[in-house]
Amino acid sequence: MEKAPIVRLREVTKRFDDVVAVDALSLDIFQGEFLTLLGPSGCGKTTVLRLIAGFESLDEGEIVMNGAPLNGTPPNRRNVNTVFQSYALFPHMTIYDNIAFGLKMKQLGKSLISEQVDEAVSIVKLQGLENRKPHQLSGGQQQRVAMARAIVNKPQVLLLDEPLSALDYRLRQEMEIELKRIHRKLGITFVFVTHDQEEAISMSDRIAVMNQGRIEQIGTPTRIYEEPENMFVAKFVGEINIFEGRIIEVYNGSATVDIHGRPFKVLNRKNFSTGQHVKVLLRPEDLAVTRDEDSRPVSPSLGGVIDEVIYKGKTVDLIVSLDAGETIFVTQFFNEDQEDVVFRQGQRVHVDWPYGWEVVL
Amino acid sequence: MTRGSRFRNFAVGSPMLWIAVFVVVPYLIVVLFSFLTRDPEDIVSWTFTLENYRDIFSPVFLKVCRNSLVLALGTTALTLLLAYPFAYILTRIDENIRRFLLVLMIIPFWTSSLIRTYALIILFKANGLLNTFLLSTGLISEPLSILYTETAVFIGLVYTLLPFMILPLYASLLKLDRRLMEAARDLGATSRHVFFHIVLPLTLPGIIAGSTMVFLPALGLFYIPDLLGGARSMLIGNFIKNQFLTTSHWPLGSAASVVLTLLMVMLLVWFFISTRRAHSGDMEAVR
Repeated sequence: MEKAPIVRLREVTKRFDDVVAVDALSLDIFQGEFLTLLGPSGCGKTTVLRLIAGFESLDEGEIVMNGAPLNGTPPNRRNVNTVFQSYALFPHMTIYDNIAFGLKMKQLGKSLISEQVDEAVSIVKLQGLENRKPHQLSGGQQQRVAMARAIVNKPQVLLLDEPLSALDYRLRQEMEIELKRIHRKLGITFVFVTHDQEEAISMSDRIAVMNQGRIEQIGTPTRIYEEPENMFVAKFVGEINIFEGRIIEVYNGSATVDIHGRPFKVLNRKNFSTGQHVKVLLRPEDLAVTRDEDSRPVSPSLGGVIDEVIYKGKTVDLIVSLDAGETIFVTQFFNEDQEDVVFRQGQRVHVDWPYGWEVVL
Repeated sequence: MTRGSRFRNFAVGSPMLWIAVFVVVPYLIVVLFSFLTRDPEDIVSWTFTLENYRDIFSPVFLKVCRNSLVLALGTTALTLLLAYPFAYILTRIDENIRRFLLVLMIIPFWTSSLIRTYALIILFKANGLLNTFLLSTGLISEPLSILYTETAVFIGLVYTLLPFMILPLYASLLKLDRRLMEAARDLGATSRHVFFHIVLPLTLPGIIAGSTMVFLPALGLFYIPDLLGGARSMLIGNFIKNQFLTTSHWPLGSAASVVLTLLMVMLLVWFFISTRRAHSGDMEAVR
């Protein structure tokens, strides 16, 4: 990225008693990006957020913001604001007073406060609710108040701690679009924490996949999804089929892998050598299923029987029992040219994939 | 009638009956007596009069009232000042230490409050523990005369009523969502701002409950002023007690009781109104 990092974490370690929550983690957060920390619960993603916000003090390393170390700076003197998982709206204040709180702390004038609150209210589309109390609003509306209360302060970095997790599916999808819109409109750097990979993939500019206090992989959603660097990322983000294989031949840039006795040609990005045991990873939608009755396999493929057909509208999901014993998951898009091709339970099929769509680890 | 509802009627009915027989009936007798005339031979003579209420609003009784109110207010204020930081820290420390401190606070209840007040006498008297200690350290050269002063009564009331302030405050502070304090810090509030804008308003119900539980007994407790204040300290509780037990003027004592009760009812009404107001934003709080 050509932009300068606004926040840098250098070798940051945080322990709670004997448990290492964040383990020598380094991370650059760039101006204006939408960065998501994605990981299972307990992976340290929320702790990273709390370290940046200043609610936790770090044990080792440093956090630098705008070139100056933040160590020891209390939360109220950091130019970051947080949208809390539970929203943490002040129950005794009206929506207006909740949103105005940060500005009042800055001791701005009344008219200036009212102007900026109005602006924030219109950004999150909460007009007309200013005089209500938080408990009179729905979950989605409370979420918007929490957003407005944070963005009204025009922080350099907005920290979002699983802000959508309390909402139902529909509302969550709506808020995902809203969040993207607000992010584009304000140009503020967003650091978003979630355990939901779909959320991460649909909103982020970059995703940092975390596990056990470390970053397993950081990159664009496409890279994370298409080219996972290790088994953790591959398994955590999306569905994936894993085939055990062995390299039998190596060429320039490609290789042949033996999977269940069939030679498959794959890309050799990682310089595997002959005889090495590898895992070949394939997303369900990258596999192609052909009915034996339509065509006999010409290139190497894996034979099997359809176990289950799950109709999804746009796609059809197949669970296929391979002759070698394992069960795989395949997603097929409907082929407009072959409307008569209908998959049924019990049909014999063969499975392969276009060269290069696999990931070999 | 189902078994469930019979049990419910019994569970609700028996305490109600108890209260009716032993609280409401005696109280109605007190109200009745307050309109009757004193009789040196009998408890009362059955002649209707309003004289007792006229006597009540005499300068002497009003002075007693004022003394009591000042003392009760002072007690409430001091217990609040002592209890708030204590309760606050209690909610913030290690659970084991917290439990230990709560037990320490409960232990005195195992002994009668009367006996504990006698213990204070031993502590305060001229050759008591406090004076012996202070004299031996050389901090004072003559024994302090604390016993039988307003100060002793004040200390006694604060000591006895402090737990009644701590417990509601503790409950209220325990319920306080710490994330709200973090949110306030995050929005630029200093510790002082967090206290005055978040902690204090949200624990107002606890403050009101604690103050009520201290103020009302402080008006009526008679044995503490009796034992620690001697004859000089006359409060409403003592005044009432004296009418019944010393001067045998039951109608006057009854009238004073009725006035005290009305005062308390007014305070309770105020308490309910203000708690409801303080609670109005707090009902669902933040899930």
